[in-house]
Amino acid sequence: MVKTVFKRPRSLKENVFHYCPGCGHSIAHRIIAEVIDELDIRGITIGVPPAGCAVLAYNYFDVDMIEALHGRGPAMASAIKRSLPDRVVFSYQGDGDLAAIGIAESFHAANRGENITIIFINNAVYGMTGGQMAPTTMLEQKTTTSPAGRHRTLDGYPVKVSEIFSQLEGVTYLERCMVNSPLNINKTKKAIKKAFQCQLDGFGFSLIEILSPCPTNWKMTAFNSCKWIDEVMSKTFPPGVYKDNIAAAKKSAEGR
Amino acid sequence: MNKVLMSGNHVIGEAAIRAGCRFYAGYPITPQNELTEYMAEHIRHAEGGIFIQSESEVAAINMIAGASAAGLRVMTSSSSPGISLKQEGISSMAACELPGVIVNIMRGGPGLGNIRPSQGDYFQATRGGGHGDYRTIVLAPASGQELSDLTMEGFDLADKYRNPVMILADGMMGQMMEPVLFKKPKPRKYSEKFMLRGAGTGKSKFIHGLILDPIDMEEHNWKLARKYEVITQKEPRFEEHKIEDAKMVIVAYGTAARIAKGAIKRLRAQGVKVGLFRPVTLWPFPELRLRSLSEIVKHYLVFEMSTGQMLEDVRLSLQGYADIKFHGRPGGAVPTPAELANVIAKFYEKID
Repeated sequence: MVKTVFKRPRSLKENVFHYCPGCGHSIAHRIIAEVIDELDIRGITIGVPPAGCAVLAYNYFDVDMIEALHGRGPAMASAIKRSLPDRVVFSYQGDGDLAAIGIAESFHAANRGENITIIFINNAVYGMTGGQMAPTTMLEQKTTTSPAGRHRTLDGYPVKVSEIFSQLEGVTYLERCMVNSPLNINKTKKAIKKAFQCQLDGFGFSLIEILSPCPTNWKMTAFNSCKWIDEVMSKTFPPGVYKDNIAAAKKSAEGR
Repeated sequence: MNKVLMSGNHVIGEAAIRAGCRFYAGYPITPQNELTEYMAEHIRHAEGGIFIQSESEVAAINMIAGASAAGLRVMTSSSSPGISLKQEGISSMAACELPGVIVNIMRGGPGLGNIRPSQGDYFQATRGGGHGDYRTIVLAPASGQELSDLTMEGFDLADKYRNPVMILADGMMGQMMEPVLFKKPKPRKYSEKFMLRGAGTGKSKFIHGLILDPIDMEEHNWKLARKYEVITQKEPRFEEHKIEDAKMVIVAYGTAARIAKGAIKRLRAQGVKVGLFRPVTLWPFPELRLRSLSEIVKHYLVFEMSTGQMLEDVRLSLQGYADIKFHGRPGGAVPTPAELANVIAKFYEKID
């Protein structure tokens, strides 16, 4: 008898990813799809992909999806979730989408404690448009719009989304992960599963920040990109659980 | 059912809820705050009714787009500067063929302008307003009763054509109290196949405005254009008032048309033969009717609370077959009927 040890998740369409070699998006997509399968929520999941590299996510996820305008995913996801409270709604956003143009929508969806999940891909650049400086670009990091490196007085500082959002009372679960090694990919998947479960249980807003390699725009090999996340990026953006109020939410739900 | 006395902003809210609107998102801006407040208070009493005070007008339009995709009847409202902020979202709703009602209680502009009634957003409303080749159906109520009727009808039209519908009124219409009889709304006809509610055990769907292939994008543009052509043929609405023997016809909409009616009443009492042509749909503009009217009436005076925007549609409609004059009061200035009557009389003297 042959035992299946690896297969394409049911929630992933049989399309070839358009992402660059070494990009973290395809890994993130796959583990989200695996989580959807494992929780058996394909039929009730609605995804909201962003403007950015992941704009074509609906070509890959085999769940209902509606594309959001740049930055507006959390507004759209909030409305869908309120309209259909028993569905699982997630917004998938990049760093420009979440922390620049859509900071208001993301911040306020979190602050309202919307019972949605945000998957936040932080790769420190604007990927699709060709590697411009993002709100999460490291100090001294060279991009096409910070050719001499990000300058603290001219360009400001990398925006630490997990640190900032964890201060909001509306947030239930928030973790920063990385997809630069098998171990970290497994940790990320676990975090995503916890976030979706948090939503299924009705415990409120969850956000998973994922430090994700962008070899093309970092002008590095895929291997060195993974190393750069460990050696540079994770120093500014330390991984870890920034907020976990799930136990408290559970207790208060039981008390009701 | 009895008539009730209500302010215009409240009328829109009540009519929307009665028409089955179950999702409203909005952000405070004068002179439409009473509508947002009305929805906050009343939509929650309707089964499944959802109100969100959004963080911005931008968020509000994207919220209603999401709820519309989920299958709810949706509305947002704002006033001029806030409507400008919503334009990308309106363009996207048109592209994705998501129905929804957007209320613009216009104020003086450009820029922050002021909070007085104005009609300066005609171009923005009737030419799409946002980017790309699209149109929104634009309804221009001129009374409390019409605020109710056209709001209800707006939801039906939005569903019928799967397109955003704009109610274009102004601060005067929003703030004014009038008796209104709420009519029985029609039952909703909107197929579930257009709704995004989770794939269940079936095939997953996606709604998107991004079409990277230029030939596919062109085809989508033509598909929308064909729909707009049908709307242009089927949906123009207008009112004619005392035009049978008129030597001059005033063309005005909304508040300006009400003022014009007052002026016409005064002038008629003095034997001046003036009438009114009032477009009720600003897009589609009742172009054909106005053109055929030019066979009977040769003199037109366009009156707007702007520097002359609908004027261009009147020129396009009349195509040089009649003489067109213009009187405008932009920036929040509202003339009295007596004042407008004097203006009309001066133009009239020259033709007589």
